[in-house]
Amino acid sequence: MKSSDRTSSTEAARMRSGAERIADLFVTARREERSVFLPFLTAGLPDLGSSPAMFQAMAEAGADGFEVGIPYSDPLMDGPVICRGSEQAIGAGATLDRSLSILGEVSETTGVPSLAMTYANPVFRRGADWFCDRLAEAGAAGLIVADLPFDEAQPLGEAARRHGLGMVLFVALTSTYKRIKAVAEASPTFIYAVANLGVTGERSEWSSRVEELVERIRDVTDIPVVLGVGISNPEQAAVAARLADGFIVGTALVRRVLESSDPQNAAGALATAVSEMAAAARW
Amino acid sequence: MKPRLHRPDRRGRFGEYGGRFAPETLMAALEELEEEFAAAWADPLFVGEYNRLLELYVGRPTPLYPAHRLSERLGVEVWLKREDLAHTGAHKINNALGQGLLAHRMGKPRIIAETGAGQHGVATATAAAVLGLECQVYMGVVDIRRQAPNVSRMQILGADVVEVSSGAGTLKDAVSEAMRDWARTVEETQYVIGSVVGPHPFPWMVRELQKVIGEEILRQSEQLPDVAVACVGGGSNAIGMFWPLAGTGVELVGVEAGGEGIHTGQHGASIGMGSPGILHGALTYMLQDDDGQVLEAHSISAGLDYPGVGPEHSYFQEAGLARYVSITDREALDGVRLLARTEGIIPALESAHAVAWVAKEAVALRNKTVLINLSGRGDKDMEMLVERL
Repeated sequence: MKSSDRTSSTEAARMRSGAERIADLFVTARREERSVFLPFLTAGLPDLGSSPAMFQAMAEAGADGFEVGIPYSDPLMDGPVICRGSEQAIGAGATLDRSLSILGEVSETTGVPSLAMTYANPVFRRGADWFCDRLAEAGAAGLIVADLPFDEAQPLGEAARRHGLGMVLFVALTSTYKRIKAVAEASPTFIYAVANLGVTGERSEWSSRVEELVERIRDVTDIPVVLGVGISNPEQAAVAARLADGFIVGTALVRRVLESSDPQNAAGALATAVSEMAAAARW
Repeated sequence: MKPRLHRPDRRGRFGEYGGRFAPETLMAALEELEEEFAAAWADPLFVGEYNRLLELYVGRPTPLYPAHRLSERLGVEVWLKREDLAHTGAHKINNALGQGLLAHRMGKPRIIAETGAGQHGVATATAAAVLGLECQVYMGVVDIRRQAPNVSRMQILGADVVEVSSGAGTLKDAVSEAMRDWARTVEETQYVIGSVVGPHPFPWMVRELQKVIGEEILRQSEQLPDVAVACVGGGSNAIGMFWPLAGTGVELVGVEAGGEGIHTGQHGASIGMGSPGILHGALTYMLQDDDGQVLEAHSISAGLDYPGVGPEHSYFQEAGLARYVSITDREALDGVRLLARTEGIIPALESAHAVAWVAKEAVALRNKTVLINLSGRGDKDMEMLVERL
């Protein structure tokens, strides 16, 4: 993409709300016969200065949008790799304000929709309205809160709507029909379907119940379904892409950054991983 | 003063505190647990079996003991509720047995637990042994070091102790790791949480299983005390004593960990110095910074070394049903010595916080009757006591 094209597409994007920009991703992907690929990376990795470049590298390698992790001290839904990433980012100075400004820079420079991924307490601490206001101001398209089930999500969902942000809700392998229905009725921008039991992390084998889970969701609603947790290589990405409207990869990318000797290497490793998985996203 | 609540509301809230801030993977299990516990708790067979175990296995009722020499020393009439005499040496067994029985009833072959001081870990390992369940206990690496005798006890009882080295390697990190395990194994595992913390229904369920402490006090007292005092980490021994006494006119005092002093930043005074936030699945008072990052707590006693508190205590504080104070590490150590020398009882460092508060406030408490919940015994703290006393 030439830089002039990017500027004009960014301006066009600004006319639409964050929630609409996320919804557009699924329409475009469907037209192009592929699944939406949303890489996750914690803001502030490997350090504050080079963090935006990591996302830039992934955007150029074919990411459709991002989950930008706002690092949290006690990430209950995350396995050891993302926990270590959060710790390192906080240690590097990724405060809430710094993380939000990284998210802003990522939205601005990549032009693709970015969702903030965080936990309930940082949102609660500053207040749902303050949080959504700052996200919208930074140019974020939406938000995902790992420990906020639909039962507790209503106040934040309303604040997100007021600020034009897309709100994402979770469905898990263990979710009952009643819960799936309630999630659908809350009309999230997309449904994050947790593809495996347990916390985020790489897995050699996948739950055999994922396909059934996606079917159970689709029986209830046509809201886009995005699979996450346990997707870490092109083979798994290909499976996820065939099953769902989108997929999220986190741990495998955070690990590459943590294992890289310097930011250039990290960006290179991310670009390689993302382009392989983006290629696998074609139906 | 607002009234105590028999059950949290439909969303698991005590007033505004509590709730269910958990990953979706756990939500169906939490709903099921709420239903199963409510059904079991209303089932005479379940309650009968629980009460039978409390009597014949735990040794309940625990005595209400008039501490004459301590009373004489302080000029305050002091009574002790002797939870330290319960099997395994603390009140924790009341809860672990109840939840173990429930796991058994629900057909879950495996239970997991977190532990700080090791008392809840020992109680859970004990319940697992007597009920024939598999047991894994998460414990912070720092606590494994400072509560070594309890680690050995758990292992002898057949439990697998898993070392947690994330964060500060203390109770908070052990709870987080146990929850992560539960998210992975939820279909065959029951998480036996050790205090009145966590997402609904845990705070309610654990309080129900601990309120036997206060109910016995009501039966054992010819005249109710003026003041009832208990230490508060997560707050299970305290709520177990407070709940039945709330609204009877007894003044309820919870003693938090003052650590090195509440203005040093090195303490566990979540109510005294904290603010409302979401920790381990519940909205409650907690220690946090302006970004909502959880701060590390500090206490000489592993069981109070926790940056949050049970949501019902947040409600009790706001409703004016109880007041919360703090005692430093140094004062708690002096409390151990005081009780040991006057009554021949070595209390757990946690429980010594309650003893120390009574000693510190002796002048203000003169002519009053004070009941201390002596929640546990101090054997586990021997190494620390030898070093610091």
